[in-house]
Amino acid sequence: MADEVLRAPLVLEYPFTRTTGAVIGAFLTGLREGVVLGVRRSDGSVMCPPLEYDPITSESLSELVPVSTTGTVQTWTWNGAPRPQQPFSRPFAWAMITLDGADTPLLHGVLVDGPDQMRTGMRVQLEWRPQREGHITDIAGFLPAAESATGSPGAVPAGVEEVRSVRTPIRMEYTYTPGRALSQYLRAMKDRRILGDQCPETGQVFVPPRGVSSIAGKATLPDLVELPDTGYIESFNITRVPIKMRPDLTPPYVSAWIVLDGASVGFMGLGMNVAPEDVRVGMRVRAVWKPDDELEMSAQNILGWEPTGEPDEVIDDYSRVGRLQGAGES
Amino acid sequence: MIDVAVVAFAQRQEPRIDTESEVEFMVPLMNEAKDAVGLTQQQIGFTCSGSSDFLAGQAFSFVMTIDGTGPVPPISESHVEQDGAWALYEAWVKLQCGEVDTALVYSYGKSSPGSLRDVLATQMDPYYVAPLWPDAFAIEAMAARLLLERGVVSEQQLAEIASRSRAHAASNPHAIRTTPKSAAEILAEDYAVAPLRPSDLPASADGGAVVVLAAGDRARDLCERPAWIRGIDHRSDAHTLGVRDLTQSMSARIAAEKAGVGTDRVDIAELHAPFSTSEAVLSTALGLGDDTVINPSGGAQAAHTMMASGLIRIGEAAQRISRGEADRAVATATSGPCLQQNLVAVLEGE
Repeated sequence: MADEVLRAPLVLEYPFTRTTGAVIGAFLTGLREGVVLGVRRSDGSVMCPPLEYDPITSESLSELVPVSTTGTVQTWTWNGAPRPQQPFSRPFAWAMITLDGADTPLLHGVLVDGPDQMRTGMRVQLEWRPQREGHITDIAGFLPAAESATGSPGAVPAGVEEVRSVRTPIRMEYTYTPGRALSQYLRAMKDRRILGDQCPETGQVFVPPRGVSSIAGKATLPDLVELPDTGYIESFNITRVPIKMRPDLTPPYVSAWIVLDGASVGFMGLGMNVAPEDVRVGMRVRAVWKPDDELEMSAQNILGWEPTGEPDEVIDDYSRVGRLQGAGES
Repeated sequence: MIDVAVVAFAQRQEPRIDTESEVEFMVPLMNEAKDAVGLTQQQIGFTCSGSSDFLAGQAFSFVMTIDGTGPVPPISESHVEQDGAWALYEAWVKLQCGEVDTALVYSYGKSSPGSLRDVLATQMDPYYVAPLWPDAFAIEAMAARLLLERGVVSEQQLAEIASRSRAHAASNPHAIRTTPKSAAEILAEDYAVAPLRPSDLPASADGGAVVVLAAGDRARDLCERPAWIRGIDHRSDAHTLGVRDLTQSMSARIAAEKAGVGTDRVDIAELHAPFSTSEAVLSTALGLGDDTVINPSGGAQAAHTMMASGLIRIGEAAQRISRGEADRAVATATSGPCLQQNLVAVLEGE
């Protein structure tokens, strides 16, 4: 294909809120109150940040111990340009830092101007963020400290409200490319044409096309098949409960499984220009397209499916609609 | 123990596959491997795949890819959200049960739609580490500094590893970073993520791999010289970076012992070592000597397809045995930050 690859931005976001459990919750409560806590392991050493189990021995751990806000860099690397999600607004050093009073390092940023100000073994001092909520980013980062600097472990005031959950949203940006078959399908959509692909072994027609026949386990034929924008309703349901993410849909509405004339499989479509109680299995429908000047390379060009008024489809040939047995079956 | 062998292998790796969807580029590979041994999907006893929807941001892409096998009538199959080497392990276990004697294993990764080094931050501890979004290269660079400053490896040695990867990759049509560079030239590179240089980093790829496994005489019927899996084991180090000694790999060492790496000489080793530093750590953990050719394909540094690179190591090693170029080979697969989890397989001809 000489056509350029289609590309579209794709953003995945997960607004996770996680429960913390007693030990992580205590650590995050400590951060909010300006105190760093570790947990004592059975060999007497202190793990910071703390977990409710020992990752080496799998013992349960619960004895929380305040540690200092000064510590020593164990290893580091330079992060010249903060990446989009990182909670640092300037170049910084990643470092594994063992706080005084702890025996294992935690990962955080050291806020210096360049890698020439970093070395393994350097002393650093924790810098608190002024507004704290009980989150690892309550630590703004670490600053270089004098060799002799020692912070003092604080104590979490009695009676403060414990952190029980933490917001850890995830956002990732992608550039989506639809692949060979779907690209042709999307391009044709702009011209109000619906394309499907065909199994090289059984002749079955799939719409939308995926480039593969799951019946045969083969790539579909390179030339796609054009289908009419008419068909029938194979099945449907009536939704009477509003869906938060689709404020454009006013209940009650009909979600129908549409089988186009000549297709072997159906797809989901919205019933239009028909009262829900009048919808029937076998009802003949045609596509309701967006106006020409609003057409895009998108399946959303089809707003829904409206009755044609033709006599109902009598479905007696189920072998046509995706129920053919596989070519590989003996 | 039932003898199980690799009898077919197919792979594809390119810097970016944006003209085809995952299932579109996997179908030809699946059929190439099946055709090599004359098996149809319905003749294969078990199918297992490995992939991660996070790479391309494609929800349930693995379900669409199963369509590519031709799963009608329904087939016996499973999926792991890991490198395909772990799918191969599951298939090997299934074959040990004795109910089936062939298995199809495939895995793929299309990382180019996103930023892999950032996507990988989501595999870290979700409370303490992931919210800081440390990218994968930065984490590896901190381990590299420990290795260098503690004298476990030198920058010269890392450059020699990277240089050899390029030299070997030159004859591998599936490799991406194939331009030869001497160790001196690599040492002259500016740091990418100090102390790692560009040549120390993996050359990221989109692609996939397919392996066919067969048991006992079925393997001998299907393949002139099957690559027998004589030992296979996988182990995991702790998830918490702070409690690990990042200058060595306990999980790889134990898996190698269990798989029997050290019981005889090793002709070749295909190590899933995305970074020069990973190879240094793995070679030591496996106890490989100078008589072993390491990464004759160029290894994962020369082309790194996330979720398939480990399975490709097994396939590369098996192919060299089947072609008679080696009698005893080791392949490894890794998962997680800084070689957290490792699978080791020993392959032999007969």
